[in-house]
Amino acid sequence: MDRPIRVLVAKPGLDGHDRGAKVIARALRDAGMEVIYTGLRQTPEQIVSAAIQEDVNVVAMSILSGAHNTLLPKVVELLNAEGADDVLVVGGGVIPDDDIPFLKEKGIAEVFTPGTPTQVTIDYIRDNVANK
Amino acid sequence: MELVEKLLSGNKRAAARLITLVENKDPKAFETLKEIYHKSGNAYVIGITGPPGAGKSTLTDKLVKVFRKRDKKVGIIAVDPTSPFTGGSILGDRVRMSDLNLDPGVFIRSMGARGHLGGLSESTQAAVKILDIYGCDYIFIETVGVGQSEVDIVKTCDTTIMVMVPGLGDDIQAIKAGIMEIGDVFAVNKADRDGAKRTAREINMMLDFSKSDWRPPVELVVAIDNKGIEELFEQVEKHKSYLEESGQKEVRRIENCKNEIVDLVQQKLMDMILDKSSKEEMINKLSKEVAARKTDPYSACKLVLEKLRTT
Ligand SMILES: Nc1nc2c(ncn2[C@@H]2O[C@H](COP(=O)(O)OP(=O)(O)OP(=O)(O)O)[C@@H](O)[C@H]2O)c(=O)[nH]1
Ligand SMILES: [Mg+2]
Repeated sequence: MDRPIRVLVAKPGLDGHDRGAKVIARALRDAGMEVIYTGLRQTPEQIVSAAIQEDVNVVAMSILSGAHNTLLPKVVELLNAEGADDVLVVGGGVIPDDDIPFLKEKGIAEVFTPGTPTQVTIDYIRDNVANK
Repeated sequence: MELVEKLLSGNKRAAARLITLVENKDPKAFETLKEIYHKSGNAYVIGITGPPGAGKSTLTDKLVKVFRKRDKKVGIIAVDPTSPFTGGSILGDRVRMSDLNLDPGVFIRSMGARGHLGGLSESTQAAVKILDIYGCDYIFIETVGVGQSEVDIVKTCDTTIMVMVPGLGDDIQAIKAGIMEIGDVFAVNKADRDGAKRTAREINMMLDFSKSDWRPPVELVVAIDNKGIEELFEQVEKHKSYLEESGQKEVRRIENCKNEIVDLVQQKLMDMILDKSSKEEMINKLSKEVAARKTDPYSACKLVLEKLRTT
């Protein structure tokens, strides 16, 4: 209990819905994690700057706008540029299966498509934070 | 230690990592703080407190921008002292501070209670020292609530801004007791709503009984519209000058250090008393005996103290 996993939950992109991000934020909190919620319309630069200051273990992004192929790799790239390559980056939301191999190649550790039970995400984070 | 050198050179990641270590109660981090403590004390610490949802984060965002215009380096520690029983938390203060995110002269850190009692003010105070040494000129501590937790946290501040909103009514009565000592400057936020002037009047009436040389001012602000923020800034600077010129700043800081030492001792004593291996067992056993009237709480207390002394 003394060292909860710290997760930055962000909502990149220009669309105005953050329901998905809020659902995952609550699920992670209920699983005992410390969630830093940054709100809507975050640029990759804002997300990375917050991740550095908050020294999080995980950046979890929910994205609906269709711009995942540019935004998610950009976050990984900026984190690496800061030397923060130990941060686990995961994505969720409306992401076509066909795009997943490309995202993984770009350093997104895992992608959770709609309908994935939150428990799967929680377990994935628990297992993989330890390995990083 | 490499981390220290990086911190001294103003490296963000080093500051962030050291705060993580103190939050995790890593003994090495406190060893590090011992070494560098003498370099702290330069930052001016401002507390922002008040009821949930009063607009503290929005106000902090706007007020910090005024300090940034004067080229001051700013640290913000957003503390959530509420501690749900799962131990997890959602820290959402950054949502209102998105613009500050990319400003290289601002460092924002969110801290949760992590289910333990007392430990939060220890972590907060350590984080203040770290951001101070990192090079912040001003450090803001935002904390919600009107209970003991926030009293503990504002004990570390030079100036505390109490954020109120119109129509608190009975709430003002309820927090009256603690309010005078806590607030150095009062902000009635959401002054775009009805009743702001009346709330300001009620606060002013209470403050008329204040015996201190410093009479806390009450400012009307509309944080979301950036109204009244410059005036609030002026009041903070006035209070700062008052503290500095009257010598009260030194007095207050000594008092804060005293509180910190006492808190630390208390915390360590609690850790010792509730030490899983032996003493907690002893207390559990004594509790049963006291409940069964085989002994009394006064003698039990004496026994525990004796045991503490011999270990
Ligand atoms: N009408 C009005 N609403 C405001 C004003 N300032 C803030 N708000 C709104 O009040 C709500 C809470 O604002 P926050 O800044 O998050 O308040 P807070 O005190 O930091 O909240 P907690 O940290 O959750 O206790 C938000 O919806 C803000 O937009 C204001 O001056 N007028
Ligand atoms: Mg807030």
